[in-house]
Amino acid sequence: MVVQNDKHASWRGRSESAEADRTSAELEDEESIRQLRTASRKLLGSMMRPHKRSIWFLVGILTVQVLGSMSTPILVMFGIDHGIPAIADHGDYSVMIGVGIAFAAASIIEYVCVRLYIVQSSKVGNTMLYELRKRIFWKFQRLSVAFHERFTSGRVTARQSADMESIRELTENGVDDLVMAAMNVVTITVVMLVIDPLLAAVTLLTFPLMLMLGRWFSKVSAIAYRKARETVAVLIVYFVESMGGVRAVQAYRREDRDRELFSGLNTDNRFAQAKGHQQNAFMSGGMRGIGHLATVVLLLFGGWQVMQGNTEVGVLAAFLLYMKRFFDPLNELVQFYNVLQSATSALEKLSGVLDEEIDVPEPEAPQKIASPRGEIRFDGVGFHYREDQQVLPNLNLRIPGGQTVALVGATGAGKTTIAKLVSRFYDPREGSVSLDGVDLRDLSEADLRANVVMITQENFLFNGTIAENIELGMPGVSRERIVEAAKVVGAHEFIEALPDGYDTHVRKRGGRLSAGQRQLVVFARAFLADPRVLILDEATSSLDIPSERLVQRALRTILADRTAIIIAHRLSTVEIADRVLVLSQGVIEEDGTPDSLIESGGEYATLHRQWADSLV
Amino acid sequence: MRAKTKRKSTGTSDSDDPSTEPTALTNLWRIKKYLRPYRVRLGILWTLVLLNIISGLAIPPLVGRAIDGPIDDGDFSRLWPLVAVIGCLGAADALINLVRRYFQTTTAMAIEADLRAALYEHLQKLHTGFHDRWQTGQLLSRVTTDLGMIRRFFAGGLVFAITSIGMITIILAQLLWIEWRLALIAIASAIPLFLIGRAFFRDFLPAARAEQDQSGEVSSAAEESALGIRAIKALGRGPLMASRFDVEAKELRERGIRKSVIASRSWSAFGAIASAALGAVLVFGAILVANGQMTIGNLTAFIMLQLALLWPIEASGWVMAHGNEAMTAADRVYEVFDTEPAIQDRPGARAVERSDVNGELVFENVRFAFDDDPREILAGVDLTVRPGETVAIAGKTGSGKSTLVSLPSRLNDPTGGRITLDGTDIRDLQLASLRHVVTTAFEEATLFSMSVRENLALGRPGADEHDLEEAVRVAQAEFVYDLPYGLDTRIGEQGLSLSGGQRQRLALARAVVVKPAVLVLDDPLSALDVHTEELVERALAQVLQGTTALIVVHRPSTVALADRVALLHEGRIAAVGRHSELMESSPAYVDVLSAESEEVAA
Repeated sequence: MVVQNDKHASWRGRSESAEADRTSAELEDEESIRQLRTASRKLLGSMMRPHKRSIWFLVGILTVQVLGSMSTPILVMFGIDHGIPAIADHGDYSVMIGVGIAFAAASIIEYVCVRLYIVQSSKVGNTMLYELRKRIFWKFQRLSVAFHERFTSGRVTARQSADMESIRELTENGVDDLVMAAMNVVTITVVMLVIDPLLAAVTLLTFPLMLMLGRWFSKVSAIAYRKARETVAVLIVYFVESMGGVRAVQAYRREDRDRELFSGLNTDNRFAQAKGHQQNAFMSGGMRGIGHLATVVLLLFGGWQVMQGNTEVGVLAAFLLYMKRFFDPLNELVQFYNVLQSATSALEKLSGVLDEEIDVPEPEAPQKIASPRGEIRFDGVGFHYREDQQVLPNLNLRIPGGQTVALVGATGAGKTTIAKLVSRFYDPREGSVSLDGVDLRDLSEADLRANVVMITQENFLFNGTIAENIELGMPGVSRERIVEAAKVVGAHEFIEALPDGYDTHVRKRGGRLSAGQRQLVVFARAFLADPRVLILDEATSSLDIPSERLVQRALRTILADRTAIIIAHRLSTVEIADRVLVLSQGVIEEDGTPDSLIESGGEYATLHRQWADSLV
Repeated sequence: MRAKTKRKSTGTSDSDDPSTEPTALTNLWRIKKYLRPYRVRLGILWTLVLLNIISGLAIPPLVGRAIDGPIDDGDFSRLWPLVAVIGCLGAADALINLVRRYFQTTTAMAIEADLRAALYEHLQKLHTGFHDRWQTGQLLSRVTTDLGMIRRFFAGGLVFAITSIGMITIILAQLLWIEWRLALIAIASAIPLFLIGRAFFRDFLPAARAEQDQSGEVSSAAEESALGIRAIKALGRGPLMASRFDVEAKELRERGIRKSVIASRSWSAFGAIASAALGAVLVFGAILVANGQMTIGNLTAFIMLQLALLWPIEASGWVMAHGNEAMTAADRVYEVFDTEPAIQDRPGARAVERSDVNGELVFENVRFAFDDDPREILAGVDLTVRPGETVAIAGKTGSGKSTLVSLPSRLNDPTGGRITLDGTDIRDLQLASLRHVVTTAFEEATLFSMSVRENLALGRPGADEHDLEEAVRVAQAEFVYDLPYGLDTRIGEQGLSLSGGQRQRLALARAVVVKPAVLVLDDPLSALDVHTEELVERALAQVLQGTTALIVVHRPSTVALADRVALLHEGRIAAVGRHSELMESSPAYVDVLSAESEEVAA
């Protein structure tokens, strides 16, 4: 047995580009980081702007609350200094009753403020989060297939779960503490300056130290937290994939190896997360140290001042008390700094997503197709996924409306690429693809999808019932139409046999159904969508022969008045085509009706003979 | 709304309504098992917390002495030694704080990572039925969000809670010592606090649970629409998915707000009651003082102490919410931990060695039904596969072929009858060793975002270059060498730039690498073109010579691989024999496997 080198790089393999994991905004250099930070600030601004008034309202409540809480010591003082002598000396209870009433009022104000604040801030915070969630989701939906292939679904999920969670934590805890501490700092500074400017100035000398510490922390921890957001994303990617593919993991007894890799990522994440928190411990200890330093300085300098007769002992005592009230909330805040930094990194990641350029953009002034015929044209189309591998060198092709074209050729000949270009998963690098004379890039997404539908080879089913999955073809359609669609493609029989018929839950990724059954459901879905142009990419490969027979019979009717592009390895499916294109390395080698190609004795004829032999 | 939630919960979890169970605290308590390895560290940590409280409390009296003593006397020479002591204590306090915080986070992170690893390990063991029912997003939110909540509770909330309880007790004792009548007023205020706290626990727990569950739903929706992006784009259903996501996200917002409304009821009352109690004490205290039953100094001290109570009482609201969320999180985590793997080693199961296996696989009256559907998919399958023989399974879509082939490696267990390998019930073999001997490849190749090499060696991490080459050749997957970095190229979760045929060939190669005694293939060649299929079949035929194999087939061309074909019809094996025999004797078989009839009709 060969012992494998367990560095992550080796099992994860090398990616085509080093930036595969990131949005393009997240490059490592200084400049990008600065831009990212600006972008995340902008994002935060745009999140808060619609709630400006509510936020000011919240600040107002907090101010009232702070003032209210500051009144408590004053009331106590007043009660002791004036209330008690009044009772003792004159038997006058009125002052004390007044204090009692003021206390009750303060309590009520506090109650109302706290309650209002919690409810209001939760409303604002949750609404902001909700709006951000929606924006991110929609952005991911609009990003191209190419982006998703690069970024992987796990990372998309990580952005929408773990990163969102970081931001939620920020909105839920601590914002009020932050505001209160800020108010506190300002008030105390002002009070100190008023009482004794010189002593205040000396005390404030510790400010630069605090600022330096804060600067240091926000710099190093930004790096740490950024790293942590990425390690958690990698962890999530791994988790999502290995749980999604748990059947394969179990069947291949991969549990041990899997656990080993996961635990490597888990440990990485643990240390990356801990790093920021550890730096925070330095910050926290440092802040406390500075607080004590301020006390020491104040005692020495203030003591000397008192001895010189420049100030009163009472002033010094007040200063020392204020110092404590100044630093205590700051120490609390340091803890909150963790949450803040973590959320900031998450915001950066999300702003990277929002700023990612959409490489298959919506046209600014979309053109309309009045009455679509379904004519597809490729004019001088060149396409490659990677610079060094031309997939389509220069494709010219016209498919008249209503024609059924089959694409035949070896793996890598470019069949699926053609399908993806027609359904605009990608845009051509050169030339143009057009529908009824309109460049696909000038069609609105909605128009394009109404006219062109592709059935892919992956047979993806969504969580929900069978009926819901079929209904995706035409949302809101009646149950009769759904059943009818299922009948046409021959899925009705097996669906009826399921425990709840059309309302049977397909379970995760359609795990309840076999591959062939899933394919039939997907077929019914596409049939219901009723597009002008239908693309079938290996859409029948999992079907058994009786089902395929049914589907084919259905296809003859379905495709009669539609443009269709069929990619199939099984020539039985190809036979219903009006026209066959044999592709090789992105070039059309043969073009004609099935019969004429068989007669001409070329590549297709050979394939056809092999296929016919395989049937027996 | 209610109906919707109901449907959700059946879609995501098997357990009954979790909120009614009073197990929340128990589940949090169960986590102590994961704290045990860190008990020394935790001991040090608690000591540091204690020291930190002491060091923090030691400074103010010294400051007081400095003011009352040297400063008041104007004696600078006596001031600076005292200040030096304060400075040293301050430095020690800062240092202890630093070390404590450093330890605290490191330990909490370690515990979180351990829990996560344990949860992952448990999830791996759970059978596919569980995974079919649970959306990945729900599992994910348990592994990330919930564990994070538990960690934060142990790192922050718990330390906080204990410190405040300690403070409250000490202060109350002092209050009783000073003036018991006033102290009673302060203590009486604890009654409404207690009642509010109880209501809080009752209402907040389910609300927190509802929010956390919904957060899992949102993750699931996000994950699903990322995985299904092609299907969504192909139909242009982005806006529809967005509006569905919107429903989930909006519900999450509502639940978040609802939770806060509940929290607001008690938090606000906490602070208000405490400060009202302070007012009452002040008024009554003043009367006592006026009547000469108490000194002003004592009243001041009393009120000062009570002021110090305000903060821990207010904070306890926050701590309670934290604790509640941690309890809910622990509940959700244990919901997974408490799901027993349905497929386990029987007591006394024995290991089986590859070299000891002859490879005779026998299905005896095997029955299978899904747990939510009483109807049997397999209703008594009897089939014998002789050592080294290749048997193909044919049957209509939905006839149970895929279910049947999931049984030999125990991805599912039959609900009746048994399967034997060389005469031993496979349930009496250790699961790990059984799957070492029996390998299953599915029609839909699951590829992971890892290097091609890692994907190929999935079932045999120790496979060497030669084994891989051999497997790649058999599966006609030489295209892997043309990838940018050859076998080291990372391929995506969905085999990204690979076509269906390429993915399938990789999956086949993966199965071949294992060189098992029994190979089970679920329609392994469906996405291949005729030419490639022929090449693969030829190479595969050699591999299958010494291997017992069960292959699901859809096409006559694949049947060529098999020595015999079994027709699965209505849950039973309706016919077994050679392809040519069955073509003559069984009309059902002809219907399933012959394209001829269609050709004639066309």
